[in-house]
Amino acid sequence: MADVLALDGTGRAELAGEELRELYRLMVAVRYLDESAIRWQRQGLIPGYAPQLGQEAAQVGSGYALDMSRDFVFPTYREMGVARAVGVDMVEYMSTHKATWHGGLYDPKASRFAPIQAVVGGSVLHAVGWAHGQTLDGTPAGELGVAITYFGDGASSQGDVHEAMNFAAVMKAPVVFFIQNNGWAISVPTERQVAGGSVAARAAGYGMPSIQVDGNDVVAVAQATAAALAHARAGKGPAVVEAMTYRRGPHSTSDDPGRYRTLEEERADGGEDPLARMRARLLADGIADEAFFEEALAAAKAEEEQIRAGINALGPRPGTEMFDFVYQEPTQALKAQASAWREESEHV
Amino acid sequence: MSEHTTLSDLEAAQDNTTAADVQQESVQNFPEPADVGATETMSMQQALNRALAEVMTENPRALILGEDVGQLGGVFRITDGLQKKFGEARVFDTPLAESGILGMSVGLAMAGYHPIPEVQFDGFAYPAVNQIICQVGRMNYRSRGTLPMPITLRVPSFGGIRAPEHHGESLEAMFAHVPGLKVVSPSGPNEAYHLLKYAATRQDPVIFMEPKSRYWQKGPVNTGADAAGYNPNGSRVVREGKHLTLVAWGAMVARCLQVAELAAEDGIEIEVLDLRWLKPIDAEGLAASVAKTRRAVVVHEAPRTSGLGAEVASIITERCFGTLKAPVERVTGFDVPYPSGDLEDEYIPNIDRILYGIQRVLEYRRG
Repeated sequence: MADVLALDGTGRAELAGEELRELYRLMVAVRYLDESAIRWQRQGLIPGYAPQLGQEAAQVGSGYALDMSRDFVFPTYREMGVARAVGVDMVEYMSTHKATWHGGLYDPKASRFAPIQAVVGGSVLHAVGWAHGQTLDGTPAGELGVAITYFGDGASSQGDVHEAMNFAAVMKAPVVFFIQNNGWAISVPTERQVAGGSVAARAAGYGMPSIQVDGNDVVAVAQATAAALAHARAGKGPAVVEAMTYRRGPHSTSDDPGRYRTLEEERADGGEDPLARMRARLLADGIADEAFFEEALAAAKAEEEQIRAGINALGPRPGTEMFDFVYQEPTQALKAQASAWREESEHV
Repeated sequence: MSEHTTLSDLEAAQDNTTAADVQQESVQNFPEPADVGATETMSMQQALNRALAEVMTENPRALILGEDVGQLGGVFRITDGLQKKFGEARVFDTPLAESGILGMSVGLAMAGYHPIPEVQFDGFAYPAVNQIICQVGRMNYRSRGTLPMPITLRVPSFGGIRAPEHHGESLEAMFAHVPGLKVVSPSGPNEAYHLLKYAATRQDPVIFMEPKSRYWQKGPVNTGADAAGYNPNGSRVVREGKHLTLVAWGAMVARCLQVAELAAEDGIEIEVLDLRWLKPIDAEGLAASVAKTRRAVVVHEAPRTSGLGAEVASIITERCFGTLKAPVERVTGFDVPYPSGDLEDEYIPNIDRILYGIQRVLEYRRG
């Protein structure tokens, strides 16, 4: 797909054998965990889940390109693949889907991965603020930490996304706006969501570079993201990456895509499965063999088993936590409510 | 004082309450707080400016951002000269988008800064409400305390300056209803100076509601070494009395003090309680005052229905029901969109309406 306004950063060089194998391992781990999470929901282990089936290349490729010693991720609620790629504790991440804690149990500061965000487009501005903070810190150009913010074609309709892009461009903040254009915002297709057909095209209006990339090609995504990161890290301001992909599953485990699209349409529009595509490439290039794929799948299964056990073992958080984290300095009124709750709940 | 003030007593008092009196209220100096030692006389605008300068000096991670806060110094000049003093990196103009200002502040806080954003007028906070409620108020909670939101949002608030639409709103009940936020409003220069310094050094988000009609009124401000003795928490009795407590905040405190002066001429001794913190509300302070006076009238500019007056009345009732001589009375703005300047004196509680409220309480009879 064509660059709307080519990035001049070169970013990461060509990816070699082990890096390509690692990308595949990550994608398999994410695919297996994602499909398992839907089963967990059907089995009653978790109340709900927002699958990312089909977006493995977009998520793993972009996450893989990050430098987690200095970059910071601002996710929405469908970034399990990014979380896995950047090393977030996956039991603590998936705990949000068990309704244990809204933002997830992981430490967002230590993980450099902001709490899971349910407001569509809500965290895009946070990325701009955090990124501007890196500039204010006096970090020299070339070494800047970059904020990468994930959102979708639906979120691109939100005013906050416009404000964020404008603020970032005005302030030359080191932000990468990473759009997963997966074709659907629940039941509304991109053509009724994104005027002009491309979020990346809008970047030109803000005077920032953008790349529209094949979001089902993990290598292309990793390279495009790396170029965007290099641009931002060099102090040249924000950049946009729009990964064109397809939401192969439902919006969530409560959704029924049969009401707005047919299986035939899904097959026709979904394009090539990103995993099958990477597998074919590794085989064709002689980088991996069948034994490697079996090994990768086995590792993914073992990992899922561990995560499922962890999720299974998670009990509800103590009720006191409802009160504990509202403030750094709790008010007397809140303390009184906590005491009353404790007293009254003990008699139940 | 007789137990019952008669209507004619009150009418006599009101006869003395003319437009000139209301005018007088706006030029009289704010009464000197009891705990003020060595002082300088300054306006609330100057006091706020001084407080910001000191916060910025003491905390290199403090930042000021908003619309026109840089070179212009803000439309009310609260940030006057601060960009020159602290540089364009620490005091900066943003594009004109309030959600952007607050959303960006969240990210800056996550990066370890203490943002002090300004929303230019109260009504301009509405476009930022999503960020304020869903993000500013919740990030500490969502992150289990790992991402505090030390954001001090300054909002020039309330009416009284004949401004265009959306330049005279009273948003305190809306903000106070949001978990995770704290809300405070200073009534005069000394309070403004100390409360802003306190709010801007907290680790929690504080909505700082500045009564814009009081910006230019001067009063003594204790900026000296003994200022450390100032208690920034809770409410504050600004006039002692024994017959009735007037509860107010922001610009209504000065008006209530004027009402108390008038009532005193009739032998009615009114205690005026400056609530200051609208979240958390100082329940102890309220109860202590009303336990003594056994009568209360709460005064606010905001519309009555679901206004903070209801919360104040509820707290008083919960704590003082047994000794109250009358139901708590509310004297408030009306349940109407904030009117044009020509009508705002009809909308904002004036001296007459507050006196009528006092009369209703004093004349109340059970059964």
